[in-house]
Amino acid sequence: MAIAREAEPVSSLREIREAGLDRDDLLLTYRHMLVTRGIEERGHILYKQGKIPGSFYTGRGNEASAVGVAMAMGPEDVGTPLHRDMGVHVTRGVEPWRIFAQYMGREDGPTKGRDGNVHMADSRLGLIAMVSHLPAMLPVAVGAALAFRIREEKRVAVGWFGEGASARGDAHEAMNLAGVRRLPTVFICDNNQWAYSTPMHLEYACETLADRAQAYGFEGVVVDGTDVLAVYREARRAIEKAREGGGPTLIESMTLRMEGHAVHDDASYVPKELFEEWAKRDPIERFRNWLRENAEFTDEEEEQLAGSVKKILNDALSRADESPLPSPDSLTEGVFATPEDLDTPHHK
Amino acid sequence: MAEKTYLQAISDGLRQEMQRDKRVFVIGEDVGVYGGAFKVTLGFQEEFGPWRVIDAPLSETAIVGGCTGAAIMGMRPVAEMQFADFISCAWDHLVTVAAKQRYRAGTPVPIVVRLPSGGGFSGGPFHSQNPESSFAHIPGLKVVCPATPEDAKGLLVSAIEDPNPVLYFEHKHLYRRIKAEVPDERYLTPFGKARVHREGDDITVVTWGAMVYTADEAAKQLEEEDLSIEILDLRTLIPWDRKAVLESAKKTSKVLVLHEDTRTGGFGAEIAATIAEEAFEHLDGPIKRVTAPDSPVPFSPPLEKAYIPQIEDVAAGLRELAEY
Ligand SMILES: Cc1ncc(C[n+]2csc(CCOP(=O)(O)OP(=O)(O)O)c2C)c(N)n1
Ligand SMILES: [Mg+2]
Repeated sequence: MAIAREAEPVSSLREIREAGLDRDDLLLTYRHMLVTRGIEERGHILYKQGKIPGSFYTGRGNEASAVGVAMAMGPEDVGTPLHRDMGVHVTRGVEPWRIFAQYMGREDGPTKGRDGNVHMADSRLGLIAMVSHLPAMLPVAVGAALAFRIREEKRVAVGWFGEGASARGDAHEAMNLAGVRRLPTVFICDNNQWAYSTPMHLEYACETLADRAQAYGFEGVVVDGTDVLAVYREARRAIEKAREGGGPTLIESMTLRMEGHAVHDDASYVPKELFEEWAKRDPIERFRNWLRENAEFTDEEEEQLAGSVKKILNDALSRADESPLPSPDSLTEGVFATPEDLDTPHHK
Repeated sequence: MAEKTYLQAISDGLRQEMQRDKRVFVIGEDVGVYGGAFKVTLGFQEEFGPWRVIDAPLSETAIVGGCTGAAIMGMRPVAEMQFADFISCAWDHLVTVAAKQRYRAGTPVPIVVRLPSGGGFSGGPFHSQNPESSFAHIPGLKVVCPATPEDAKGLLVSAIEDPNPVLYFEHKHLYRRIKAEVPDERYLTPFGKARVHREGDDITVVTWGAMVYTADEAAKQLEEEDLSIEILDLRTLIPWDRKAVLESAKKTSKVLVLHEDTRTGGFGAEIAATIAEEAFEHLDGPIKRVTAPDSPVPFSPPLEKAYIPQIEDVAAGLRELAEY
């Protein structure tokens, strides 16, 4: 029998208002989800046009999970989102054109062409850029929480990892240290059931990954990752608990990776029926229906939203396309930091 | 000024930095109540409290990865590895995260990792290594190897001040064996400036860490044979003082590179290659390397003695060069 608690769905506007989101916030949440998917869909097109070097990853199916958690974070909180968590960047406020520039290896991408894909973050938005090695960002998130604890700041660090990456030692060491020191950390496990071609039963043998939290001395929760409101409510609870000194929480957010591991992968190893089943739970469609049934979301509002998202993305694409490629002269610049680099909001 | 051991100099330097900068904290295994395996942080927890002198679980990945996160959030972490050898468990966090974060994401990671390193007391294969060259190979990391008490303090202060990840190799054999005057006030010993440990005209020895003293003993022997040896203590490997090395090579025309680390791919190879590229015309002999052999560090005393370069090995190398 599972040890972790299973999160309840949110049933009404009143309930979600109590959890912290009013109607405007809900529409903003929906918008972030649309922008997130729109960025990745357009990225796909760019890739097919040959404009994106290397590979290309998306988080289709994970929009609710990423946006839901990010909506629950406070402005001073920080996080280490991964390759399925574009929604976190979008929600924290990164400008979409910079993401397209990043995809295309341009000068105006957050990494100025030094890294690709979602390997980026705007530190001014409280995000730390992921590395490929999974889940190496978990100890880093715990270290951020340690800094908050040492300085007695009421801030929280959120660390993401996939169910595949849960098998590596970094996950254990990070959760153990956070548990021992009751650090203000929230661990989000994006469980999309596959790690590249490897199904979850070949990655771990416990019933749910959230069950592991008990072994580290904190609470584990399993949430339906296609339900943005449920994700938001659980993330919010966990974040506020951590903020008040209640220690870490592990939230396992269940989704299905709705595309291949990356653009080259047709995911033929995933049973068709599984895709069909989860397609019915598409997070965006689901939230749209909820808004219509519970929040008087009108045709007019919907059209207006879709139009403005489309415009933002189109403008972003053309602006990104104007961004120059980096000059080879800059190749070895910035390997080492200078004292002036420490002049950031965080390093002061 | 007061006479201090190398260990006391490290400890005092660290304490002074913690007194003057609240962002500096220490984390490691047994560093708090116990004061660290070598007692470098003895008494620190009483002075600074349990949240600035943090007893970590046995968890090098979490320690170094955690330091990275804390540094990005504005702290100045100083991690202690119980022995330098255990840094392998945190390789990813230095090499994958900390070293590359500035270059690719624009985020500096000002952390210091203290690494008690080196052999000479039957520590065996896992408590004796000098893994500095592995890290010197990684763009984005700085590598520091003090040889004297004065440098131990000044380089530690510079390491804490530096906006990059710095690996600070403190040689265990020097901890209590080496004593010298150390200024009381705060000072920074700059990175990338070699120290002339001994001036000479006939042969240059380029070295660092505990080998400075081995070289010095060998030089004393050769003095009696009328050979004048110059010893350059590099102090820091990344960055390293090419200029001083090349100038000394040009002056003496013969160079011996000495290190306690193993031979193949050791940092001596980089120094030798640089001299060959940039001072070839000035050389009167091959560049000689005296290093540990390509084997793990052995445990039993006769084996370990054969492993670590001894005074006689250096003297023999110098004689060979002198005769060339
Ligand atoms: C340490 C490490 N080994 C291998 C890889 C290559 N790799 C990239 S993503 C991935 C699968 C990750 O699965 P999961 O953690 O479930 O995340 P998902 O991609 O499913 O979101 C693998 C094996 C990696 N990034 N890091
Ligand atoms: Mg997965």
